[in-house]
Amino acid sequence: MATANSSTSTPERLMWQGGIQPMKVGYGKLMMWIFLLSDTFTFSALLISYGLVRFSYPSFQDLNPGVLLKDFTFSQEWWPTPEAVFEAVPFLHGISLPLVFVGIMTFILIFSSVTMVLAVEAGHRMDKADVEKWMLWTILGGITFLGSQAWEWNHFIHGTPEGSMIDGVQFFGANLVHNQYGPTAFADFFFFITGFHGTHVLSGVILNILIFYNTANGVYEKRGHYDMIEKVGLYWHFVDLVWVFVFTFFYLV
Amino acid sequence: MAEIVYDKNGNAKPQTKALWRVFWILLGITAVEFLIAFTVSSDTGFGKWLKISLFIILTFVKSFYIVGTFMHLKDEVKSLIWTIVLPIIFVVWFIAALVYFEGSYIGEVR
Repeated sequence: MATANSSTSTPERLMWQGGIQPMKVGYGKLMMWIFLLSDTFTFSALLISYGLVRFSYPSFQDLNPGVLLKDFTFSQEWWPTPEAVFEAVPFLHGISLPLVFVGIMTFILIFSSVTMVLAVEAGHRMDKADVEKWMLWTILGGITFLGSQAWEWNHFIHGTPEGSMIDGVQFFGANLVHNQYGPTAFADFFFFITGFHGTHVLSGVILNILIFYNTANGVYEKRGHYDMIEKVGLYWHFVDLVWVFVFTFFYLV
Repeated sequence: MAEIVYDKNGNAKPQTKALWRVFWILLGITAVEFLIAFTVSSDTGFGKWLKISLFIILTFVKSFYIVGTFMHLKDEVKSLIWTIVLPIIFVVWFIAALVYFEGSYIGEVR
């Protein structure tokens, strides 16, 4: 039988209604963890199906034995190698820089993750000015990432000047039915997986703006704790974590 | 969670050293991944699978740092750690078993 917790170290707000505190965390934080676990299942399902469909298609080398990858060309017959698809960088038109832009995007997201955890740390110290500063950096990082993704989608949809032949017609870029890079499923997975992750980033940015607004208005200072920063922080780090996996399985492998 | 340390004026001191350390580790691992992507050739089957396995291992190393330090999971009680980690171990096991036992099947049905 759980009776009222006699330990005085646990603040009243973190007690559950039964008078004990399961797993020594507040209800909100525990539920955020459980939600993130369920979101993990969703993203793993997406990446598993990507891997399954990808390896069910022949690769460039399966159909062109003896030809080296540096002579890779796009075709509907085989799955494209990501280095050949993602090689454009803004303001550097026509220069082939494989994976550079997606590397910059990864850096931006890891950086905004560290500024988020610095905001959480400042919250533990009840340092309002520091929380505001690091939240602003985090929001800036999130918006920059979304902007980069918008640019990348734009480039992916409009394609390269060369395009490729599909059913005897020159085709440029990508939509949900055809794409110049490879089989239909390639572009579909690109739009769905990076789009679903981008939606998570967007909601993260909105939540970040919300808690920044509340911090600036002194809501958390009046409340006496910055737990909300910590909960939203968990979500934001998860978004970064998902990107680490998307980066590996979509862009590197 | 680290104890709050106060300076002589009674202000709490920022405890950010460990956090920045993890940031540089993550950046370093990503740089290594780029190095592998451009130096190891996928032209042989061995190179291709070496690359894929290295990428997967490094990704898991990165996720340990993100979840452990940034999300503070390693500072939580054991029961919470296992609540999160155990289902993920099951998912990984499930994927590995499917790939190992059924992976070649998809090539036959297409």
